[in-house]
Amino acid sequence: MKEDFEPKIVAFLCNWCAYAGADMAGTSRLKYPANVVPIKVMCSGRVDPEFILNAFEKGADGVFIGGCHPGDCHYVNGNLRTRRRVKMMKKLLEQMGVNPKRLRLEWISATEGAKFARVIKEFVEEIKELGPSPWRERR
Amino acid sequence: MARRIGVFVCHCGVNIAGVVDVERVAEEIKKHPNVVFATTYQYMCSDPGQNLIRQKIEEENLDAVVIAACSPAMHEETFRNVCKDYFNPYRCEMANIREQCSWVHDGKEATEKAIKIVKATVEKLKENEDLLPILVPVEKRCLVIGGGIAGIQAALDIADAGYEVILVEKEPSIGGRMAQLSETFPTLDCSQCILTPKMVALSRHPKVKLYAYSEILDISGYVGNFTVKILKKPRYVDEDKCTVCGDCEKVCPVIVPNEFEMGRKPRKAIYIPFPQAVPSTYTLDREACLGLAPLTCAQCKDACEAGAIDYDMQPKIVEEKVGAIIVATGYNLYDKNKLVEYGYGEDDDIITSLEFERMLSASGPTQGKIIKPSTGEVPKKIVFIQCAGSRDRQHMPYCSSICCMYTAKHALLYKHHVPDGEAYVFYIDIRATGKGYEEFIARVMEEERINYIRGKVAKIYREGNKLIVCGVDTLTGRRIEIKADLVVLAMAIVGKEETKEIAKLLKVAIDEGGFLKESHPKLKPVEALSRGIYFAGCCQSPKDIPSAVAQASAAASKVLALFAKDRLEKDPLVAVIDEEHCSGCGVCISVCPYGAMTWQNGKAKCIEALCEGCGTCAAACPSNNIEMRNFKDEQIEKMVEVVI
Repeated sequence: MKEDFEPKIVAFLCNWCAYAGADMAGTSRLKYPANVVPIKVMCSGRVDPEFILNAFEKGADGVFIGGCHPGDCHYVNGNLRTRRRVKMMKKLLEQMGVNPKRLRLEWISATEGAKFARVIKEFVEEIKELGPSPWRERR
Repeated sequence: MARRIGVFVCHCGVNIAGVVDVERVAEEIKKHPNVVFATTYQYMCSDPGQNLIRQKIEEENLDAVVIAACSPAMHEETFRNVCKDYFNPYRCEMANIREQCSWVHDGKEATEKAIKIVKATVEKLKENEDLLPILVPVEKRCLVIGGGIAGIQAALDIADAGYEVILVEKEPSIGGRMAQLSETFPTLDCSQCILTPKMVALSRHPKVKLYAYSEILDISGYVGNFTVKILKKPRYVDEDKCTVCGDCEKVCPVIVPNEFEMGRKPRKAIYIPFPQAVPSTYTLDREACLGLAPLTCAQCKDACEAGAIDYDMQPKIVEEKVGAIIVATGYNLYDKNKLVEYGYGEDDDIITSLEFERMLSASGPTQGKIIKPSTGEVPKKIVFIQCAGSRDRQHMPYCSSICCMYTAKHALLYKHHVPDGEAYVFYIDIRATGKGYEEFIARVMEEERINYIRGKVAKIYREGNKLIVCGVDTLTGRRIEIKADLVVLAMAIVGKEETKEIAKLLKVAIDEGGFLKESHPKLKPVEALSRGIYFAGCCQSPKDIPSAVAQASAAASKVLALFAKDRLEKDPLVAVIDEEHCSGCGVCISVCPYGAMTWQNGKAKCIEALCEGCGTCAAACPSNNIEMRNFKDEQIEKMVEVVI
């Protein structure tokens, strides 16, 4: 792994919890690496498995999904569907030669700015360890 | 589709421009397809900033704009209102380069990320459709959860304005914590005396429907159109027939601790929590009763001349439709069993502030006499410990806000009851920020000769008849040991367990102290993130009575503003089905949490009034035939493409 490798990561954040949590991290001025670019969706349940594949295909080294805690979903249970989809996608990615660790789902409430900053830091570290996505070369 | 996009990059003073090279962001984005104009400005949200946007829309003939500034949660509405005069508000999008960029990153990488965020926003905007809000009717009735002072105030304000209020209280009586207090700081007026008239006014108000001894089972729906399921627990006493004569209580053979008295006084299985209870009626505690089915005792029924007791009463579930909800569920004290340094709450003579409050009350367990619970003697030396569990990383990190004030009140009242007694107060800092508060503290310190010691108590242990309180006076640096008769802990205020249940039903976030998360900590302190839900009182954060009352009235005014309209605007970001290609598999119908997807001629159909726009159906549709308005697959894929 090259020292200067800066991973490219897409973060799908649900409007009500994770996006608000990321705002909270900002309000509290908690620093985290800039490798992650947020894309707001209304619910983590909106994250179509195709979005994940598409992101890797476009050259992402990691995909992050942030949703409400189980039971707290603004849309009742969209996050639980995401949980199932992520589980399935991890298996699928593995079969396709992508380390499933490159896909991460986290529950982040609107008050958990500190958690958002922490998990993003962890995730970026983890992806740095893994190195560039094997699909990058295919492009 | 937008062809002439303008991008306005905000400096936000130094908040953005101090980190992000805003000029470069503007230069870079100018190169992006369909962006025909880009500029920066000091404060985009200011009047001149808004005028700049208007002016440039006209001059440059823009058909859509991106405002790269703070979080859309902050100013999306502001900027969409600016654009409304020129084009559909959905032709305005915000790129969040403050909260999610300049505030969390440094220098060059922040600028790079800001450019990506703005590009992604431009990509989304390009494909945004012009939408009009969906109009939905408003049920002009309000649900208030919790009948403490905050709930009562909010309910009265709304009812006085002529709208119906449904107030649900879990306990047998309304009144909440305030009913338990003896006197209130800093004026020392009797809590009951100022509260009971309001309790009575509420119960007699023609616009208020009171469900006491009831719980919320379920809440569904959305702003203007909530459906609430309420469980009416059986009291086994007919509220209308009960004359509160007390004959039933006299004959009841069961004795259990009275929760209202913090367990410091017994009650019977059939009881009234306190004499001024509203509704004024007895309640039979089924858990404590010797047995209703099969009937084992029945002495109360025999004694009741009014014939109010009915052992066959059943729990009832009622459904109410409301347009707005105010949560006013109050607080609990932190569990004193968790305070190892203060004896795990096992010593009889180490009591909590609320227990002391009851002790001071004329109707309390000791009829207002201050005693040492272990012996019944008058305590000659008393120690008050502030911040018991508050401002403590091992327990609750926050300040509980009211303890400095009520401890001063406690110390003063102690000196009035026991003039020859000695009172000590251990404190970290004195926080007396309300009107007349500082003066009150000064009076207690100087006139009442209370010994204030700056420092924390490290340990309390028993030595015979006395409690040894060990601490350090941090102003002199000396160790202190006080042989006390009674110790009063100013316990941390925490959110209630029950509030968590309510929050789950309402999809409202809760912080680590158990308090409800408001929409904005400064500008929307009484609103939940979801529309139509408001907070009042200590369920949102620890606060004193005037603040709780003010917040309650604020929440009520928000509800009244909502009820001033006959129809509400609902976000039109709903699901759209490509009916021509729908295979009718029904997956969307099975995943929709709102029942908004239905069958029509063998194909799926979305009922827009019910759709909340989560997009779960769009992600699940196996033939990709569902699109979310302004969150279309192509939009999201394009956004991903430009950020990588």
